[in-house]
Amino acid sequence: MEIKKNIAISETGFVFDPSTGDSFSLNPVGLEIIGLLREKKTQEEIATLITEKYDVEESAFERYFYDFISMLKHHQILQENEAN
Amino acid sequence: MKRTKITVAVSGLNNVDSPGPGIPVIRGIRESNVFDARIVGLAYENLEPGAYMHELVDKTYKVPYPGEGSEALLERIGYINNKEHINVLIPNFDAELFAFVKAGHILRSIGIETFLPTLSQLDERHKANLPAFGKKYGLMVPFSKNITSVYELEKLKDDFDYPLVVKGKFYDAFIAQNKEQAEMYFNRVSAKWGLPVVIQEFIQGTEVNVVALGDGRGNTVGAVPMRKQYITDKGKAWGGITLDDPTLMELTHQLIRKTQWRGGMELEIIRTAEKELYLIEINPRLPAWVYLAVGAGQNLPEALLKLALGMPVEPFTEYAVGKLFIRYSFDMICDLTAFEKLSTRGEL
Repeated sequence: MEIKKNIAISETGFVFDPSTGDSFSLNPVGLEIIGLLREKKTQEEIATLITEKYDVEESAFERYFYDFISMLKHHQILQENEAN
Repeated sequence: MKRTKITVAVSGLNNVDSPGPGIPVIRGIRESNVFDARIVGLAYENLEPGAYMHELVDKTYKVPYPGEGSEALLERIGYINNKEHINVLIPNFDAELFAFVKAGHILRSIGIETFLPTLSQLDERHKANLPAFGKKYGLMVPFSKNITSVYELEKLKDDFDYPLVVKGKFYDAFIAQNKEQAEMYFNRVSAKWGLPVVIQEFIQGTEVNVVALGDGRGNTVGAVPMRKQYITDKGKAWGGITLDDPTLMELTHQLIRKTQWRGGMELEIIRTAEKELYLIEINPRLPAWVYLAVGAGQNLPEALLKLALGMPVEPFTEYAVGKLFIRYSFDMICDLTAFEKLSTRGEL
């Protein structure tokens, strides 16, 4: 999974897609996960890092993670052809 | 750098909820480093706000509607020119363009330059001719038909599914969900803009717009794409943002190259979920949101003046992506004497 290259993400969690003009706000955890996706971490690596850092069950995290990924795909922040 | 003094006549001073492009064009000219312009406003109505915006418009003259005949309009322009010595005239209404394009040589003979599309460019991009335009230039356009009677809607049932778009000859577009709505919108737009009324296939997607300027030799002097972010109930942008979209830019460059477009233009395009670009309309003038292009680094009104005056123009190669415009309304307080002057003497 890869974040589309031209997507601008500020440290405040503001996301701007310059090709559509869409903008979004991420909460701190969303911003952290996007950062990890940009570092090309796998889902397993992201799950390990987040569940170690925050008080969340792995199964619950997995559900939230898929929701989040679906949302990123829906808004075309994750590139479809490079998403896996 | 010493700025060149010129006098520019501008129409479209109706800076209302569905604004004309006059005031944004003037703002661009006022910010020019090349021209020190005296702005002469041309108003059709007594309450066009631009006439009272004296920091932007130096003097305003009432002019007759083109519908009253181009002779009356040209006579009035001649009178104004005797007083003001106009160098360049920038008409900003679709409805007046035909008259000014046709009178180009007359205007030039009295010292007034314009930089407008040719009559054939104006005609072939007309929304009633869009399917032929798309075919000629290899562009995707929605299927459309022109009708002159409400009874023809019945005959179109094999050609169109609902929803469909009912469009006026010059302005206005309504999405009709059924035949009853289509009939209602047909009556509304035909009463306002005359015939024919254009029935157009509804394309599902996101509307994106491009403001561009062609030099008449196939070169794009400047182009900035925008997506409306806040839309009024009249479908006008009340806020918008510049985009980074190479496919839109390529379409614009191609269109200007193939048509040899001369002057300002606004492309209205629908981008579908499959990322196809459907051209739904070409407005043959700078749009009311042109000041966003100025703010993003392309002063297209200034470039248009240079082209009109035969000055060399370096094409713009970049603009700021993610620049926003947010429109606002503002109550001016005016003396009755100003209104009285414009309505009785036709000058302010």
